[in-house]
Amino acid sequence: MLNILAETGPGEMLEGLKAIGAGLGYGLAAIGPGIGIGTVVGNAISAMARQPESAGMVRTTMFLGIAFTEALALIGFVVFILLLP
Amino acid sequence: MNVLALEFPPVNHLFDWPSVLFNDTPFALNKVGLTYLFAMVMTMLIFGFAGAKRSRLVPAGVQHVAESGVNFVEESVVMQTIGPDGRKFMPFLTTMFFFILFSNITEVIPFWQFPANSRMAMPITLALLVWVIYNFQGVKHQGPLGYLKNSLFPPGVPVFLYVIVTPIEFVSTFIVRPFSLAIRLWANMVAGHLLLVTFAILSATMWSSGGLGYVGALALSFPMLILMTGFEILVSFLQAFIFTILAAVYIGGSMHPEH
Repeated sequence: MLNILAETGPGEMLEGLKAIGAGLGYGLAAIGPGIGIGTVVGNAISAMARQPESAGMVRTTMFLGIAFTEALALIGFVVFILLLP
Repeated sequence: MNVLALEFPPVNHLFDWPSVLFNDTPFALNKVGLTYLFAMVMTMLIFGFAGAKRSRLVPAGVQHVAESGVNFVEESVVMQTIGPDGRKFMPFLTTMFFFILFSNITEVIPFWQFPANSRMAMPITLALLVWVIYNFQGVKHQGPLGYLKNSLFPPGVPVFLYVIVTPIEFVSTFIVRPFSLAIRLWANMVAGHLLLVTFAILSATMWSSGGLGYVGALALSFPMLILMTGFEILVSFLQAFIFTILAAVYIGGSMHPEH
């Protein structure tokens, strides 16, 4: 391990750390929104199942909720793109 | 097998296009510009045809597309978010919906395969346009001071909390909104394009490596490519819808303040 570290130049090390950071950053940013979108859609489905006549309104609101929740994951994705070497 | 030596091009190569028409003039067009022209012409054609021909009681062909599009925007965007007096925004929202849809859908059109909205220029322009419209509507319907008061001091909050709430509301309403609107569309398209490119390159590399690569390409990566293409059709429709509906929500929010 130390030998490998000794052979790599500082620039390569930085590139590698950037790649790791980008991948981990996106993965971490996707956890919360994943749970959030699951909650939003799950509750919307149970609302639609209880009251099928209000399905249109629930669907619109569901997409709004998804859009706002998803924004966090997308910011993580943008950071991922920016950090790519 | 040479699968692990997959060569993925640098990200910039996937989104930078050299200009192909009118080189070295201010009107130089590259693939992105051509896609926007295509989207504009398609949107104009759909509604031009629907309006130019004598409309039939039972719609068919292009008239059907235009009428169901207008109906869709009215039923599930305007009526749900602004209400009956939002009908005057119908032309704007419908045009924006179709324009974004057509410039997204080029992502899956064979041999074109580039979503124009994966360049930031048009999403941010549309988002700033929406920003100008909802601020204008807010000032028009509530007056400048009333608009500022309603958006910076939301009612029903304990007075001492305004120290925290007001800066947050200011940043989120006037600064972050257009950027989150634009970034949502842009990042979704970039992600979709990268996904399709990844699976396409994977399939091609596996296929050209021969041997086990044939099996891998036919069993794994190529079916995934087809699946993802279907998914991206859904995403490009959904992003056009979400952009339109959020624009309608912002406009509706400044037309009818919470009491």
